[in-house]
Amino acid sequence: MNPSLAEALGRIVGPRWVRHRRAELATYAMDGLPTRESYPGVVVLPGSAEEVREIVRLLHLAGVAFVARGAGTGLSGGAVGDPESVLITLTRMNRILQMDPVHRRAVLQPGVINSRLSEAAICHGLHYIPDPSSQAACTVGGNVAENAGGPHCLKYGVTTNHIVELEVVLTDGSTLRLGSPQGEPWGPDLVGLFVGSEGMFGIATQITVRLEPMPPSVRTMLADFLTVRGASEAVSSIIAAGIVPAALEMMDRACVAAVEASIYAAGYPTDAAAVLLVELDGQPDAVEAEAAIVVSLLRDRGAREVRSATSPADRARLWQGRKKAFGAMGRIAPDLAVQDAVVPRSSLPEIMDRIEEIRSRHRLSISNVFHAGDGNLHPNISFDRRDPDLAERVRVACREIMMACVDAGGSITGEHGVGSDKIDYMSLIFDAESLGAMRAVRRAFDPSELANPGKVVPMHACREWRAARGAR
Amino acid sequence: MSETVTARLRALLGNSGVERDPDGLPRATPDSAEALSLVCRLAHDEGWKVRIEGQGTWLPADAPADLGVSTRALDQVVSVSPADLVATVQAGTPFEALRRRLADDGMWLALDPPGRPERSLGSIVATGTSGPLRHGFGPVRDHVLGCAVATGDGRLVKAGGRVVKNVAGYDLTKLQVGGFGGFGIITELHLRLRALPRADITLIARGTRDTLSSAARDLVAARILPSALELLSPALAAEAEWVLAARFLGTDAAVQSDIRRLHSEGEIAWAPVPTERTAAFWSTVARGSLAGPITFRLGVLGNGVDETIDLLAHDLDEGLVSAGPGWGMIRWTGEASVERLRAVRRAAASREIPMTLERAPWSIRRALGHFGAYREGVGQLVGRLRDSFDPGQCLSVALEGVGD
Repeated sequence: MNPSLAEALGRIVGPRWVRHRRAELATYAMDGLPTRESYPGVVVLPGSAEEVREIVRLLHLAGVAFVARGAGTGLSGGAVGDPESVLITLTRMNRILQMDPVHRRAVLQPGVINSRLSEAAICHGLHYIPDPSSQAACTVGGNVAENAGGPHCLKYGVTTNHIVELEVVLTDGSTLRLGSPQGEPWGPDLVGLFVGSEGMFGIATQITVRLEPMPPSVRTMLADFLTVRGASEAVSSIIAAGIVPAALEMMDRACVAAVEASIYAAGYPTDAAAVLLVELDGQPDAVEAEAAIVVSLLRDRGAREVRSATSPADRARLWQGRKKAFGAMGRIAPDLAVQDAVVPRSSLPEIMDRIEEIRSRHRLSISNVFHAGDGNLHPNISFDRRDPDLAERVRVACREIMMACVDAGGSITGEHGVGSDKIDYMSLIFDAESLGAMRAVRRAFDPSELANPGKVVPMHACREWRAARGAR
Repeated sequence: MSETVTARLRALLGNSGVERDPDGLPRATPDSAEALSLVCRLAHDEGWKVRIEGQGTWLPADAPADLGVSTRALDQVVSVSPADLVATVQAGTPFEALRRRLADDGMWLALDPPGRPERSLGSIVATGTSGPLRHGFGPVRDHVLGCAVATGDGRLVKAGGRVVKNVAGYDLTKLQVGGFGGFGIITELHLRLRALPRADITLIARGTRDTLSSAARDLVAARILPSALELLSPALAAEAEWVLAARFLGTDAAVQSDIRRLHSEGEIAWAPVPTERTAAFWSTVARGSLAGPITFRLGVLGNGVDETIDLLAHDLDEGLVSAGPGWGMIRWTGEASVERLRAVRRAAASREIPMTLERAPWSIRRALGHFGAYREGVGQLVGRLRDSFDPGQCLSVALEGVGD
């Protein structure tokens, strides 16, 4: 990387907010995916939208690619850049600019940490719904880029359902305001298009989110099963009964064992083949009535025991085990391949059998913890990448699991994004024309293709679309 | 010209796939997405303009064009999965036909769009026209999991998928929902369904607009969440006064609990609509949008609803107004000149309120555009997107107005 570029960036943000020494860059060489390491040329940390604009203008003039990054907790290798690129880290832009409890809106900078937003809203009886497991660290800007999910998205929707307005800086340094405070698109739904674009359309510098009231009553239940199939069938029967729980999560025996052996132990039964965490919310009498139905459905499908959280502390403990499951798996082996795929909910029993078959054939350690109500699977493979034979078996198994989910009519990612990790899977579910459409849309936002290049869309698999004529 | 077009279309689709509309314009009625895309390809190659039609019940079929392309022969419910609560339908499928089909399996699509019951799903999605149920179930975009689209130059593009959670690739479905066909013709839709609620109870209160809208705001603040909470002008409700209607859907226990809270909250008197009249009541509201030649919607934050209705009454006439004080959407139907409508859009834009023209004769659509009055820089971006999806500018869709 040209040293004069780092100096020019330093003139915009101040030299202390530019990192270019190798040791400094190590922090930014990976995101939450341990298998993709790539050092950026320079890291710059702007403190304002104006600084973002100036940085992007400078890079555009110089023809230098950039990667926007929040807290770096993403799991798809999306927020890493190569040595020819500049990493723009937005964590300094962490202010909540406005809280409007009457209209249930908040306006914030992209570096605000997800859980901090809910903490700031709770005094108004409000909260921000999308709650990825990394919510204590991840930024809302990163959530926007990835269209992040979380356990409570089953009933209330993912990030795209909670973002109403965006201020974005495009690659040429221009600023657009998309959407409206109310949520009605202003023209085509460009907010909906931008959310989930994985940093390839531009950089969101201001975000207006919808906040939701805290539910008046919550019931959290834990059910344990002697077979994974029984738990999967219970999920299907709850959905088919027309009950939409606030959350419906499953953990298998391996996951429970990891959690219970860790400091996050939640009192899950370690002899169960699978446990379901079911949360209902709403008016107290409605929750009571639905809970009675859910308990009977769970028992019909073979639940050995169904217990309800008896206090907020008890509820928090049940949730802690689920939210920290990924961390707990760190005890099993040095590396963890976190998978993310989706199947139609009715396919859960079959797909769980199939994953077990793949695990056994490749002699691997897989723990399943996932958003069962959405059919959003996270089969996680613990391994040691220093063992090349094992690493290869993990790679093959990951692909087989993905193929099985696609064959069942599913998708290659439900909430982690494509990034660089899943780019080769894209052509499993999209043909050349549809991938070409994605590239064409990207070019409409970013004709120079300097924003986070090389992610999401496999260029070699795209059918070429004619370049925009701009004649309109 | 029209003879040539007809002959070329017949060569592509056979005699049964081509007809003439009442004005003598050739109209293609392809029965597959592939055939529809071939028609688009032909029009693109020949430089012909295409008018997009569904079941012909919403927008007047008056956009200037060399041919019409209707999705009315694409009217199949492709698949319904009760266990997954997902359906795949062709774009020309009438809303009512899908409703009946889903009800047989104990499911429904939680939308109550304005217009006639036989309106096509493609029209509802392309215009993004949700109804009062958006209060409880969200706008149209929240119900569409994926779609297939034929672009203006005849490419077939798939977006999204058939699962309820999916972030594989950019979310191109969002460009089509409410895109008014400017980015292609929707051929197929994957829809999120819900289990049919056991209880469906509507209550109404009559009174002055101020009283009712203030009561509606109180309900929102008290966190009473009906599935629909809609303020209806006297003309729309066919009543002497304004009406506030609250519709509760769900399990018996949840609905009864909400209704008890409704009665205990506030001063206004609620009267239940008899169960056998509920469907007819909401159908009247939906059809109200056809009572005048022009319909538009405004996105307004809850507390701005009163002021905005005042603005409409001042610049237009009161017309037929339906307003959701919770979600913050106002729909107006009536008759007005281009100048008046332009004045409303300007006044709305100055208050940060987007105005979307949902339905109007071509002369108005052409002058005003469905959107128009974009914020700075957005128009160029939309232009680039349209150039990608309709490089020959074949699709006769007026997203932007002229002279705005």
